[in-house]
Amino acid sequence: MKYKKEIKKAFEVSIPVMMGYSVLGFAFGLLLVSFDYDWYLAPLMSIFIYAGALQFVAISFFNVKAGFVDIAIASFFVNIRQSFYGLSLLKRFKKTGKLKPYLIFGLTDETYALLTTIKDDEQLKKRWYYFFLTAFNQSYWFIGSTLGAIVGSNIKFDTAGLEFSLTALFVVLCIEQYKNLQNITPFIIGLIASLFSLIFIPSDKMLIVSIIIALIMMFTFRKKIEND
Amino acid sequence: MTNYEIYIAIAVMTIVNIITRAFPFLFFRKNELPSYISFIEKFFPAIIMTILIVYSVKDVEFSLFPYGLKELGAIVFTAILHIILKNYLVSIFAGTIFYMFLVQYL
Repeated sequence: MKYKKEIKKAFEVSIPVMMGYSVLGFAFGLLLVSFDYDWYLAPLMSIFIYAGALQFVAISFFNVKAGFVDIAIASFFVNIRQSFYGLSLLKRFKKTGKLKPYLIFGLTDETYALLTTIKDDEQLKKRWYYFFLTAFNQSYWFIGSTLGAIVGSNIKFDTAGLEFSLTALFVVLCIEQYKNLQNITPFIIGLIASLFSLIFIPSDKMLIVSIIIALIMMFTFRKKIEND
Repeated sequence: MTNYEIYIAIAVMTIVNIITRAFPFLFFRKNELPSYISFIEKFFPAIIMTILIVYSVKDVEFSLFPYGLKELGAIVFTAILHIILKNYLVSIFAGTIFYMFLVQYL
């Protein structure tokens, strides 16, 4: 088989992500159908959107019937951290040719982590190795979420409280952010902005208003944040 | 949302997601960023994650008993678990099961 070495190496490296994506994807699929949405929306979203946190938040967008412009702006800010991953990959991706669009599309947090931390093996055709690694990761997410949605719509059990998986995901991501930053101010800004919106703003506009307030506060206190 | 609206929403999110991932490849040829962009890059992820925690519990009736204490308890439980064990799958699953237990049996 052509590219056998690249496939083998990509599979080995992707195993930790297999655990994470299939389990989290399964939870996503389960949660989606627990609100009575059709099961096939899970694979559809995992093919086209393919962004963990955003797909979870998308369920809330559906529930509150958020406007499309609001969805676009909120999605941008939910995903903004990914906008900067590419910077450190500009060089690596330079000679990837026709595979480049897919590599950029598939640049999730975990794929980025693998691409930047694992040393390149000189023996491998790199662009194909990157491609299979990205594709393996997406397939785990796709399979996990599809199974979750199918199981959830066929086996009826009490899913009350399952929506907390979304909250728990953000709690974990928040702690990881704190480990990197060692600075409490951004978290306080996020808390103030979101609590204000929770109390005063209707729920379909809450996310977008929180983001705007947070951006204003962030630039107001820029000096303090950068000096902490 | 109707299925038709959901399809449009998925298309919107697909496009925005691709834009966020392709952003540096389209606009920055070098590794340099304007300072306000690197400021957002560094600190906004922490802000949005905090906002999303609150956003994800927006449907809870905080004015009625038990005043959101189950949510708060489960958040604290998940956080402590994650700080101690540092395993995100364990934290998310144990936290969710803990919360489901609170909601279904208390």
